[in-house]
Amino acid sequence: MQMSQLSRIGYVLMKYKVLYLLMLPGILYYLVFRYAPMYGIIIAFQDYSVGRGILGSKFVGLRHFIEFFYVTPDAWKLIRNTIMLNVYDLLFHFPAPIILAILFNELKGKWFKRIVQNISYMPHFLSTVVIAGILVTFLSPTTGVVNHLLVKVFGIEPIMFLGLPEWFRTIYVGSEIWQKVGWGTILYLAAIAGVDPTLYEASKMDGASRLQQIRHITFIGMVPVMIILFVLNLGNFMESGFEKILLIYNSMNYETSDVINTFVYRRGILDADFSFATAVGLFQSIIGFVLVVAANRIVRKYSETSLW
Amino acid sequence: MKTKESLGSRLFDIVNVCFMVVLIIVMVYPMVYVFSASISNNALVASGAVLLWPKDIKLVAYEQLLKNPDLWVSYWNTIRYTVVQTALTLIVTSAMAYPLAKRWLPGRRVILLLAAFTLLFNGGMIPTFIIVQKLGLLNTMWAIVLPTLISTWYLFIMRTFFEALPEELEDAAAIDGCGYLQILVRIVLPLSLPVMMTIGLFTAVNQWNAFFNALIYLNSRDMYPLQIMLRNILIAGTNVQGEGDLTHLETLKYAMIIIATVPILCVYPFIQKYFIQGTMIGGIKG
Repeated sequence: MQMSQLSRIGYVLMKYKVLYLLMLPGILYYLVFRYAPMYGIIIAFQDYSVGRGILGSKFVGLRHFIEFFYVTPDAWKLIRNTIMLNVYDLLFHFPAPIILAILFNELKGKWFKRIVQNISYMPHFLSTVVIAGILVTFLSPTTGVVNHLLVKVFGIEPIMFLGLPEWFRTIYVGSEIWQKVGWGTILYLAAIAGVDPTLYEASKMDGASRLQQIRHITFIGMVPVMIILFVLNLGNFMESGFEKILLIYNSMNYETSDVINTFVYRRGILDADFSFATAVGLFQSIIGFVLVVAANRIVRKYSETSLW
Repeated sequence: MKTKESLGSRLFDIVNVCFMVVLIIVMVYPMVYVFSASISNNALVASGAVLLWPKDIKLVAYEQLLKNPDLWVSYWNTIRYTVVQTALTLIVTSAMAYPLAKRWLPGRRVILLLAAFTLLFNGGMIPTFIIVQKLGLLNTMWAIVLPTLISTWYLFIMRTFFEALPEELEDAAAIDGCGYLQILVRIVLPLSLPVMMTIGLFTAVNQWNAFFNALIYLNSRDMYPLQIMLRNILIAGTNVQGEGDLTHLETLKYAMIIIATVPILCVYPFIQKYFIQGTMIGGIKG
């Protein structure tokens, strides 16, 4: 680098030194806790040992990836479960707040509307552990209230919900909707509030029915928010819900509940098999990255709204 | 002006209101049941006699929990992790967001990209764990506070808010001889109370409810936050009463949920305005 350029950089740094110093703790945070782990991904291609460190560990190329895809018997099950849980979530959980926001908007009584809204927001503030704890205790085949109700009201035999793989996706997505549907309406309601009210007046003049108004005015007004949330959702596609799954899954429902991240947790944290777990985690991160970039590109091509 | 409504439209209203009533029941029932079960007779809860209202009211589960020293330790841990992280997050995030709001600052774009890229890609669970381990943070408060110190969304929200503040105020202060630090502390931050409040509350609730980092980074009982204790009792089935005594097992679980959640639900009515505001700011930013 030329001398004059260096001195120019030095001049700028000195002139705004207070501003740069203010940013320093934040930049250090990003370097240490966000970028150093990215550098640490190298161990996915090594036989990492804590003693030898990243620089001293042996390079093994793609061995861990090959081991995952060809040797691990559960690899496809993990990938399938990760995708299926998220597809179900997208299919049922994504539209739920859209529908609820429309219904909220159509409510006439002002105070009734406010009460319903506030009640629906509340579960959002419960912690994942509380939600998981409620699920585990409520769904218990012997002492859980759900089975008590099933037996007493409907006369059905108790069901061992969390011991049966076929129930897991329903439980996962159902509790997800229960907790988040109300809170999810906030952005959509804000979008509805931004719709020009004269549109409704004009359409009424033209004899539009209420359903037509909902379809052509309210719904269209929400589309930009939908697109953004959809792309954001795809961004977390591979990782969402992992903490809840970790809390409610068990070896009896692994068939549908075990996802890539829970596997990474077991192999990496519990068994300390760092390199292999990092490789599996990297596979997941790459898919997530590709998904969000692709979704954003598609969205940008067909509409004016996009994430970047 | 009220035009006469069609039959279909009136029917729609009725169905809608009925649906809302069902929604309220579905949302509220689990919470009511948890409370009722926590103050009922254990045997009646386990056998299914308690379905909605408490029966044979007993506070023995709460007494047992409040006598348990682990509960107080974990409560204290949760409070200190939450307070320290919220304070540090606000300081570090605002200190970083303020220069980033200066469009003319050389190097601003690079740092913004550095932050934005982490939204798309991250090192993952294990490499992050190794960094925390290498820094010697395992089993300390810093393992809980530091790895999640800055949320890129909050950083961007704060930057957007600072950018929207009128520049004239800062210019006037600069003419009066204020440096950047003084301008930030005396002028920008006092004007930004709503956004600071919102981000502070989001951070605090997230930390209060967090469990995963505590699960992997902490390994001694006296460091555990409330959520880990809750998990051990509710899910792992640890018995808080000592060996073999199962007389209050069910009610204890429900009482524990109430004890861990009450602080959040108590402050919720006062703070939800800020939360809604925050979600909107975040949403507008996209």
